[in-house]
Amino acid sequence: MSMNEPVIKAENLTKRFGDFTAVDAISFEVYKGEIFGFLGANGAGKTTAMRMLCGLSTPSSGTARIAGFDVYRQTEQIKRNIGYMSQKFSLYEDLTVLENIRFFGGIYGLSNQQLKLKSDALIERLGLQPEAKKMVGELPLGWKQKLAFSVSILHEPTIVFLDEPTGGVDPVTRRQFWALIYEAASNGITVFVTTHYMDEAEYCNRISIMVDGRIAALGTPKELKIQLNESSMDGVFYQLARGAKNKD
Amino acid sequence: MRTIKFLLEKEFRQIFRNRAILLLIMVMPIMQLVILPLAADFEVKNINLSVVDHDHSPYSRQLISKITASGYFRLQGYQASMKEAYRFIEQDKADLALEIPSGFERNLIRENEQQLFIAVNAINGTKAGLGGAYLSSILRDFNQDIRMEWIPPMRLQPLPTIEVIPKNRFNPQLNYQFFMVPGILAILLTMVGGFLSALNIVKEKEIGTIEQINVTPIRKHHFILGKLIPFWILGNVVFTLGLVVSWIIYGIFPQGNIMAMYGFIWIYLLAVLGFGLLVSTYTDTQQQAMFVMFFFMMIFILMGGLFTSIDSMPGWAKWIAALNPVSYLVEVMRMIILKGSGWSAILPHLGILLAFGVVLNGWAIWNYRKTS
Amino acid sequence: MKQFITFVKKEFYHVLRDRRTLLILFGMPLAQIVIFGFALTNEVKNARIVIVDHAKDDASRSIIDRIGASNFFEIREDVMDRNRMETAFKEGKIKLAILFPANFQRDLFHQNHAPIQVIADASDPNYATTLTNYVSSIIQDYQTELNETVALPYRITPQLRMLYNPQLKGAPNFVPGVMALVLMLVSVMMTAISIVREKETGTLEILLVSPFKPVWVILSKAVPYLILSLVNVLSIVLMSVFVLQLPVEGSWLLLFAESTLFIVTCLTLGIFISIKTKSQQVAMLISLMGMLLPTMMFSGFMFPIENMPVPLQIISNVVPAKWFYIIVKSIMIKGVGFAAIWKETLILLGIALFFFVISLRSFKIRLE
Repeated sequence: MSMNEPVIKAENLTKRFGDFTAVDAISFEVYKGEIFGFLGANGAGKTTAMRMLCGLSTPSSGTARIAGFDVYRQTEQIKRNIGYMSQKFSLYEDLTVLENIRFFGGIYGLSNQQLKLKSDALIERLGLQPEAKKMVGELPLGWKQKLAFSVSILHEPTIVFLDEPTGGVDPVTRRQFWALIYEAASNGITVFVTTHYMDEAEYCNRISIMVDGRIAALGTPKELKIQLNESSMDGVFYQLARGAKNKD
Repeated sequence: MRTIKFLLEKEFRQIFRNRAILLLIMVMPIMQLVILPLAADFEVKNINLSVVDHDHSPYSRQLISKITASGYFRLQGYQASMKEAYRFIEQDKADLALEIPSGFERNLIRENEQQLFIAVNAINGTKAGLGGAYLSSILRDFNQDIRMEWIPPMRLQPLPTIEVIPKNRFNPQLNYQFFMVPGILAILLTMVGGFLSALNIVKEKEIGTIEQINVTPIRKHHFILGKLIPFWILGNVVFTLGLVVSWIIYGIFPQGNIMAMYGFIWIYLLAVLGFGLLVSTYTDTQQQAMFVMFFFMMIFILMGGLFTSIDSMPGWAKWIAALNPVSYLVEVMRMIILKGSGWSAILPHLGILLAFGVVLNGWAIWNYRKTS
Repeated sequence: MKQFITFVKKEFYHVLRDRRTLLILFGMPLAQIVIFGFALTNEVKNARIVIVDHAKDDASRSIIDRIGASNFFEIREDVMDRNRMETAFKEGKIKLAILFPANFQRDLFHQNHAPIQVIADASDPNYATTLTNYVSSIIQDYQTELNETVALPYRITPQLRMLYNPQLKGAPNFVPGVMALVLMLVSVMMTAISIVREKETGTLEILLVSPFKPVWVILSKAVPYLILSLVNVLSIVLMSVFVLQLPVEGSWLLLFAESTLFIVTCLTLGIFISIKTKSQQVAMLISLMGMLLPTMMFSGFMFPIENMPVPLQIISNVVPAKWFYIIVKSIMIKGVGFAAIWKETLILLGIALFFFVISLRSFKIRLE
């Protein structure tokens, strides 16, 4: 795994809504196989930045290439190469576990044989055999999140974007969730994840911290702690985020 | 193509799991077709009549019994004065008051001429117009009877008379249900198709699943087709159900080419569903989509020529009618079901609706944004 | 009281922020008035007809001229054979055909009798009857003129007087109907959906745990819709006075008092639905099927109640819109006072009280 192969390369990426600049000329690179933590207070512009990278939202200016594709012109090629898990749970609650897997796999063009193999493997890995034919709406939140993550990497994307994937989930499930993330990363999938949990930030290879639409700091957790002379990530985050103007 | 298969699979699963939708699809057609034609009887009959008879002569009694015998009028009572009769009308107990002046019989015979007074509650224009016309024609007959009674036929000076022979084509008994049932079927199809499709995409927006779809490499037209086809099939089911119900209950079966009927319905559904999907792409919540749809449905249905004739509308309204898919459906339904028309008669309609379908669906695809 | 006003303000913000819905709410009555007032007339105008004239003599031509000169008809083609007439009927291009037999004039003047066949497309029965009546009366006029010199003996001349609506316009019939429909929509459906939506999103719980009494929470949600509905009543009445030239014959004060009563009735219904349902979709479906459809069917504004089978006539009595429709018609068109409508008012009041009481009761049960 070479560290000089950027799968996300953003330069001066900007998004404005009227007078308000949600994302202000951010530049960064993410390399293949990395777990990249994207931190920031509420309203700092994380979700907006992520939506641009996924091709869900067109940037106002700046450039970005995702898996080698341009975010302006090649959004559909980008979508072929990424997985996405939004903040709001967005599998179909009125479809069963199996039906959801089959549907999303099918849309990504998996063959019937692949679908069968993959859904069996997925259900076994998550230990969902008894629930496979239950409506997704009936599952507890933690399971839903694990399922949503597994579905988002079903088609083996180059990068997976996770928007606060562990919000509202209990500590045990969170740990299981991170085990899944590590497994994906070890299979060569680049993980781009936003979170509010500082212990999770420590699990990342590198992190960036956004304040008021800009990237205020970027580096490995260790580097950042040394740089800002703090003993914990909590301290790092607090020092950077407290001066923010845009808060909820 | 394979993508569409997966989309269809998903849509059908969701539809069959939603009991509200199933209820809408199965119960509404039957309920509407059973109850509405019973309720929507516009035949002008049972006109409530109040009589003020100042004459109390054999002639006046003869006239009254002739009016009540006609079957159109229901005698609600005798009032002493016109003032009282007006109050009766005011209270909606009578639609029409007839005043026979005193000396009616005597004056008619002596002076050869006599007036009668009729007051009609004209708030409901159709009823008043037809009621007045019925009463006038009964009076003409009565007048003729009296003439016959007094003048021996040979002495009656022969006058050139034109006899109008009316003939009612396609519905000789003037059965109101023949008129209403195809129309209700048209409304039904439009409502079910329009609301289901309008509420669908917007529901995915509200619950957030559309994000997950938008981040996949799915093609826009595949997505729209995946929404269109299930409702198109449901529309056909509803229509067939409606056709069977109206055949069983009212004995109404298309006189014309049934393939032409279905051919038209297939194209019509494309247009209506396209419109619903378009509304769905423009709105953010189900409530909004429903209100917008309700607004357009109301205009479409009221101006579709179902209740009043499009010919009588002013120019601007005719333009709206020309852009209104329902007006074509209502016309084609009547043509094929009642008049027995075939392909050749509906070809222009078919062409216009095909254009609607292409434009509306194209617009919906164009307006559906995967990227904001 | 201050708290109550704060709550009402919050509700107003919700209502006023959803521009699209607001636009529809105010656009709907206006569009309906325009459509009903100008597009939907029962008057016959420019009905498309053809004439099959086998006679081609002076008499037939002179009748054809009269028909052509009237505004009722638009003659599509003068001469047509029967086959083409048949296809024109089937294609929906014509509504009526008039057939003159050969030798029409000769028969008329020598045998004193000549027939004219009038064929109408009776797939719309009332329209067909009205058209046939118009043709007959034009022919009748022609005949009367022919015989002008001869006085008919024993002539009865009816004098027809059309009360309230001499021009037989559609407006007096539908303005009250539109009012009932719109108020129903705003007060029942909007109220029900907006309360249920707060249930769905969970914000209702937050309001209910506040020290403010729950009943007042619900009532404060109803106030904006009451005001919105009154604005709608005002706009409909103003439109009908200034655009449709349909003045309010009775008292404005009485009209607004009765409208308020009807709105309150609808609001209690809306609140009742919202208490009993859990999702927006169900609330919508119930409002639509249970309220709007019966209002259209049984208020007497679209479909004549007296023609319905008895069971349906009985059902119509529990539809509040029916009574409101009668009240508005009486005040606006007939110009009568309260004395004539106290019974209907009492019925509305009864329905409102009934739903208020059972809403209150089921609401309390839910809270325990």
